[in-house]
Amino acid sequence: MRLDWELARRGYRRYAAYPGATYAGLFTNVVFGFLIAYILLAVYEQADVIGGYDVRDAIAYVWIAQGLMSVVGIFGAGWYELARRVQTGDVATDLQRPLDIQRAELAQDVGRAGYQAVWRAVPQFVLGALLFELTLPQDAGRWLLFAVSVALAVLVGFGVRFLVNLCSFWLLDYRGPVILAIGANLVLSGAVMPLAFFPGALATLTRLTPFAAMLQAPIDIYVGTPLGGSTAAVLALQASWAIALYAAGRLVLTAGTRKLVIQGG
Amino acid sequence: MRALAAIYARLVGARIRSQLEYRLSVALQLVGVGLLTATDFVAIAVIFANVPALGDWSLGEVALLYALATISFALTDLVIGHLDLFPQMIREGTFDQILVRPLPSLLQVVASDFAVRRVGKALQGIAVLVFALATVEVDWTLGRVLAIPVAIAAGALIYGAVWVALATIAFWIVDAIELVNAFTYGGSFLSQYPIGIFARWLRGIVVFVVPLAFVAYFPALYVLDKEDTLGLPEALRFASPVVAVLASIAAAAVWRNAVRHYRSAGG
Amino acid sequence: MIELRDVEKRFVVRAKTGRLRRDRREVKAVDGISFSIERGAMVGYVGPNGAGKSTTVKMLTGILVPSSGQVRVAGLDPPRQRIELARRIGVVFGQRSQLWWDLPLADSFELLRHIYRVPAQRHRANLDRFAETLGLAAFMATPVRQLSLGQRMRGELTAALLHDPEIVFLDEPTIGLDVVAKAAVREFLAEVNRERGVTLLLTTHDLADIERLCSRLLIVDHGHLIWDGGLDELKRRYGQERTMVVDLEEAAPPLEVPGARVVKVDGPRQWLAFRRDETSAAELTAAVAARTRLLDLAIEETEIEEIVRRIYAAGAAPLAT
Repeated sequence: MRLDWELARRGYRRYAAYPGATYAGLFTNVVFGFLIAYILLAVYEQADVIGGYDVRDAIAYVWIAQGLMSVVGIFGAGWYELARRVQTGDVATDLQRPLDIQRAELAQDVGRAGYQAVWRAVPQFVLGALLFELTLPQDAGRWLLFAVSVALAVLVGFGVRFLVNLCSFWLLDYRGPVILAIGANLVLSGAVMPLAFFPGALATLTRLTPFAAMLQAPIDIYVGTPLGGSTAAVLALQASWAIALYAAGRLVLTAGTRKLVIQGG
Repeated sequence: MRALAAIYARLVGARIRSQLEYRLSVALQLVGVGLLTATDFVAIAVIFANVPALGDWSLGEVALLYALATISFALTDLVIGHLDLFPQMIREGTFDQILVRPLPSLLQVVASDFAVRRVGKALQGIAVLVFALATVEVDWTLGRVLAIPVAIAAGALIYGAVWVALATIAFWIVDAIELVNAFTYGGSFLSQYPIGIFARWLRGIVVFVVPLAFVAYFPALYVLDKEDTLGLPEALRFASPVVAVLASIAAAAVWRNAVRHYRSAGG
Repeated sequence: MIELRDVEKRFVVRAKTGRLRRDRREVKAVDGISFSIERGAMVGYVGPNGAGKSTTVKMLTGILVPSSGQVRVAGLDPPRQRIELARRIGVVFGQRSQLWWDLPLADSFELLRHIYRVPAQRHRANLDRFAETLGLAAFMATPVRQLSLGQRMRGELTAALLHDPEIVFLDEPTIGLDVVAKAAVREFLAEVNRERGVTLLLTTHDLADIERLCSRLLIVDHGHLIWDGGLDELKRRYGQERTMVVDLEEAAPPLEVPGARVVKVDGPRQWLAFRRDETSAAELTAAVAARTRLLDLAIEETEIEEIVRRIYAAGAAPLAT
């Protein structure tokens, strides 16, 4: 437990060491926040409710999504750092230590998520709330459930990234597939447009994926339109994905290390 | 001028050749980039699955905007996308190496890379262009037919000028490159949409200060023979090439000035 | 060929004092340097780190603009005529590369031919000559990033000379090379200077480079020129002292040996300083061996830093311009 905390702190500090990069990233998010907010405002001139979201929900979506994207790690610097470390052999050295790699990576990622939540997501959301009219839940319960959902989203985000990065055990040239994965992740998590806006059955089906659990799920809860009308169900789905991905990650890591040992790296 | 173009072709040719040695890898990345950037269009598609118009622009019309902006930006990205790494060049002293060679510094920086995988972005833009032209009704004249490649070329120059001018920040504050990205990628994203939907102050900037509106918006108005709800002078529809040339001249001046500052103050 | 007069280079340095305030200080990296170098000379330009060496070279090659003073290289004004000057000079950075990393060495040479607009025949002739002298044939087709340091350096030297420059600036050209490679580089430079009359300005920390190549030495410290003259004279005046490091079988009190004095003791190891013109290394070795059991020994030459320190200690002022 102590080790987890130390690793989380390390993950936090690695990002805290580059405040310049954080401000720049925050600035980028704000710029895009503005642009997408204006686009959605224009969209809502044509309709009052889309996918269960009214205009204030949609603006809230924009300002939460921009920040949450970096917290959950949908893209950004270091996305495939693990893949690189697998190939340079750094991971092999790590494997020789009495360290649970997966758990260590998770702990560091949580630290990172914490840093970006505090220094990117929150300031950005506050700015958006000051400049635009967006949904602000009155009941504390919903905020709490939102926070829980975000925590679960971070876990799911880690699970997805961990699995995709491990492909570098087998693929010498992992960049192509990783780019594809990031693209799929972007769309299916709702980062490009709320999944609720997707036509027909897609709006429901996409929200069952682990990607949706990274971003759309917490936002749905915040806005008050969880899938199937049940916040508990959404949280349960997130938790299930988090556990499933962690287990899958473990299996794949074992298979990968076995391959490493047999082939000699 | 011709000699410089020849040298550029040689330098870039060498880079392209060395990348093509890994054909499969490049192809995979190309596809990946194409699909990744197509997500921008997914946004537009999803919007129009729910509403019939954005401002007073239909799906096909917005698709045309998107296509012009995307193809232009893809071309710029191909040629100078590596400006992302320009701060690194300064930090590592590579720029000093450039100053010791008998070629203009900007040419050398531009010629220092050419990422073949970025073609994926252009291909995706072309696909959307085909879709757009099939969807909208255009009263095709010779002028309108030519307007599309001209707009793309002018758009690429405008993006390029903006990017180069912004990148010179690296001469003053080496770590400011992320800020530049916010503007270049943000600017590209913005020009995919009809500028009428943005707030007044933003519209003013992209028409009169950083002329992004001339990449796609004005050319599209011309091709579609659409009325401009913003009430701007009609002559602006034809102004893209002129704006592109002026922007390039301005950017070159900004670059020269920045290099002068570097040679006096730093190094 | 190269002329500097009262050249100064001032930088504004911002240092953080406290959370928000920044103090602006003006630093004079180069504080009034003057010298001139005639065509065909081989000159060493040395000094401790931070002395202003690279700043001077950057001003000579057109990278930096002097704050004041006059610079003339090959009759040209570097800050104003950068591109024209670039055609007439070659530059070799020991730690940075001017070659294209991913490409075969031969491709780099070909690209440079076009960049410098060298007539094909002349280029071919030069390349063949250098390839022969430096033994490049073995790795011409190898990508530069796969070359060893020694191979790469040979490539860099060739690249710098292919366009027949009148002057070549070299910054630490032998750094990191093994003894054999260093000798090869020095021989090559000497030959190039002899056969083609190329003027060489060599910045280095390696005194052996200077000994082999340079008849004239410029020493700079804190932005001032503190020596401009022959190497022999320098050694005569300030470089007489050498240090012999002896490893005895066991720790002993400081040895008393004629012609040397112990300056440092660390367990069984002792440092003996002696003057070159008073005692030879052979004599000293014999004297030490006669007094005690000697396991191993090494000889340290006077570092440039040490010479510089001595020049200052002796009260030598910056050379009057």
